[in-house]
Amino acid sequence: MKYIDEYRDKKIVLLLAEEIKKTITKPIRLMEVCGGHTMSIQKYGIPYLLPEELELISGPGCPVCVTSRSYVDRAVAYSRLDDVIITTYGDLIRVPGSSSSLDKEKAKGADIRIVYSILDALTIAKENPKKKIVFLGIGFETTAPSSAAGIIKAQMAALSNFYLYSAHKVMPPAMETLIDEGVLIDGYIGPGHVSTITGSGIYQNIPKKFGLGVVISGFEPIDLLQSILMLVNQIENNDQKVEIEYTRAVKPEGNIKAQEMLDEVFEYGDDWWRGFGILKNSGLKIREKYAMHDAEKQIIVDVEPLKEPKGCICGEILRGVNKPKDCKLFGTVCTPSNPVGSCMVSSEGSCAAYYLYNR
Amino acid sequence: MQLTIFITDKMKNKFDTILLGHGSGGKLSHDLISELFAHHFDNEILRQQSDSAIIKTGNTHLAYTTDSFVVDPIFFPGGDIGKLAIAGTINDLVVSGATPQYLSVGFIIEEGFPFKDLEQIVITMAKEAKKAGIKIVTGDTKVVDRGKCDKVFINSSGIGLLDDRNIHISSGSNIQVGDKIIINGSIGDHGMAVMAARNELNISADITSDCACLNNLIQSALEASDQIRFMRDATRGGLGTVISELVKGKKYGIHLQEDQLIVNDGVRGMCELLGFDPIYVANEGKVVMVVADKDAQDVLDALKKHETGKNATIIGEITNEHSGMAWLETMVGGKRIIEMLSGQQLPRIC
Amino acid sequence: MCLSIPARIDKIENDTAVCTVGTSSYNASLELLAHEDVSVGDYVLIHTGFAIQKLDAEEAEASLKTFKEFKSLNEDMDIEEKEQSTRLI
Repeated sequence: MKYIDEYRDKKIVLLLAEEIKKTITKPIRLMEVCGGHTMSIQKYGIPYLLPEELELISGPGCPVCVTSRSYVDRAVAYSRLDDVIITTYGDLIRVPGSSSSLDKEKAKGADIRIVYSILDALTIAKENPKKKIVFLGIGFETTAPSSAAGIIKAQMAALSNFYLYSAHKVMPPAMETLIDEGVLIDGYIGPGHVSTITGSGIYQNIPKKFGLGVVISGFEPIDLLQSILMLVNQIENNDQKVEIEYTRAVKPEGNIKAQEMLDEVFEYGDDWWRGFGILKNSGLKIREKYAMHDAEKQIIVDVEPLKEPKGCICGEILRGVNKPKDCKLFGTVCTPSNPVGSCMVSSEGSCAAYYLYNR
Repeated sequence: MQLTIFITDKMKNKFDTILLGHGSGGKLSHDLISELFAHHFDNEILRQQSDSAIIKTGNTHLAYTTDSFVVDPIFFPGGDIGKLAIAGTINDLVVSGATPQYLSVGFIIEEGFPFKDLEQIVITMAKEAKKAGIKIVTGDTKVVDRGKCDKVFINSSGIGLLDDRNIHISSGSNIQVGDKIIINGSIGDHGMAVMAARNELNISADITSDCACLNNLIQSALEASDQIRFMRDATRGGLGTVISELVKGKKYGIHLQEDQLIVNDGVRGMCELLGFDPIYVANEGKVVMVVADKDAQDVLDALKKHETGKNATIIGEITNEHSGMAWLETMVGGKRIIEMLSGQQLPRIC
Repeated sequence: MCLSIPARIDKIENDTAVCTVGTSSYNASLELLAHEDVSVGDYVLIHTGFAIQKLDAEEAEASLKTFKEFKSLNEDMDIEEKEQSTRLI
């Protein structure tokens, strides 16, 4: 498959790994902040190829992981209403809320449908005019534009029974807060597909204010190793900056149209991130102009009181402060088939990944 | 008595209702079987936990298996629910090393189901059974109110004769370090063919199910070597589930080579789009074999003589490293563990 | 957060493209690329039903060329090393 296979050439991958080994002279910790990167790193077994001095840490780049438990509780509450159809990406279906999850509600008879696109949810809304269709909008800047496009379409088609429940978040506040809080990393593997939308300018503060480099990486093994090599070079030469490795997909200015649509439908607001608490201007809230499609404003529902499980340290793990094995619940009470925290549910969450390849 | 209640309560605390994941062949299914069914039905035959139960009767052994088929859609490229019902049960018997003899089939049919569809399914089943040389000797039919089942569900059970020399095959008790692991062809075709045929995700793909009876294929392999240590068909949960189940709790480990796995283009494309791992996607015409090193090439040659084995490859081996774990060497030289999936794979955005 | 795959545009109908990955095809909306020139034969990244960016074929070819050169340079050095039992770099 073009533009995929060429970036999986084993010989080149091994050569890049050799280069990294030759270049590195001290311990280096790099954080990836994109769940897709966590998946790729795990899928190709990349840590195995890296020198011991190089440590990869997973950051809060998995939208499922950082979505608050109370979001799931509200989604569960919506699903219990007779006239509501929940439409969601598959990622969210098993995430535990305070006492239930979407797949458990589905098993009890709630109308919960997994979709690949908000466009499918719009179709469901057209086909079910007597029902309220609530689309669970999770994801970062890569996914938010499709939600924006969906809302604009709903508005234009006067689909009054279509609602978005937004949990969309943006990356830079979390990336900056992490360093502010003292998490020890030496550089960021920058999110590849977020950056196709936003461009590279959004990370400028990170070298400027914090002296850390960001290399925006693609997702194939060659991309990841090349990006790691670029970061190692930056660190060894004390020349930290924002660079784009993923030049075939990321332009410095990003996708202008997508940015316009985001700006049309959403405004920044403070948002609650699992593991961080409230981060200023980190969430995408639906503008007043589109309030008629905002589930939170339009659908009244009782949400159960929030119950955070004792002992779950997903927060610390998401921030890279602790490793999964530091958690008392890891592997015993909290396992992939019975997850307590979101780090274990999402297949790209740190704990799930750790469980799979580090036991 | 108290022990029973304790264990049932433990199950109850985890789940109030049965989830789709419990039927997916992964860890949830596994837990349900071991903690509920196997626990209450416990006996020495059930404890074998293999594809077919092996029962000693007089001087011979019988292999006995059952399977239910609820696939949606009922017609898909490469087959239909009827073909699955015959091939699936025959395959469960042959991978135990048995020679299938007789099948039973039970139908649960939804009121309103078109007669011509039922007829087509039955004709397929007759054809498959004849091709495999087995007789359908008994059956049952139930019709339920519209909406109480999805078009048609089929259960089939089968009996086969099992030679003493093959008894160890389903448990893999003779597996040794150095043995080679063979699969008879590409992975992921059935699961993705069915998913594409459902077209819920608006992805169209040119994928054909690999659904096929493997009795002739496996017969050839057994004739080529008496050192086949283990066989299992890689159905729900895919190759990954067979491998992770095989190695669990054992002294040996497994090493697999990703670059030896064959994934057809259509399957690859769809898996990439949805974020699925082909290792865990269902097959309906694939057998995983563990064979003594010295016989591996002979078995491979025998398999390749058949349509269903023309792409047979050695994909790995039994190793004395990392006991109880299966490691995959990735196509770029990295390494990762093959673990049991907890539920079914879901399309993801991440 | 970023499952997105390069897909080839095989057909364009209004603002929808029929895209293929391998031999699987999917209809993706081109709304987010309304400002770009998109034609049959182009490769786009598709994510949740939308094409989110057009792949820059030139950049891709350039980076692949660099990697290939890196690889063949190393292969040459390997051969040299074998023949002369030394490695210059």
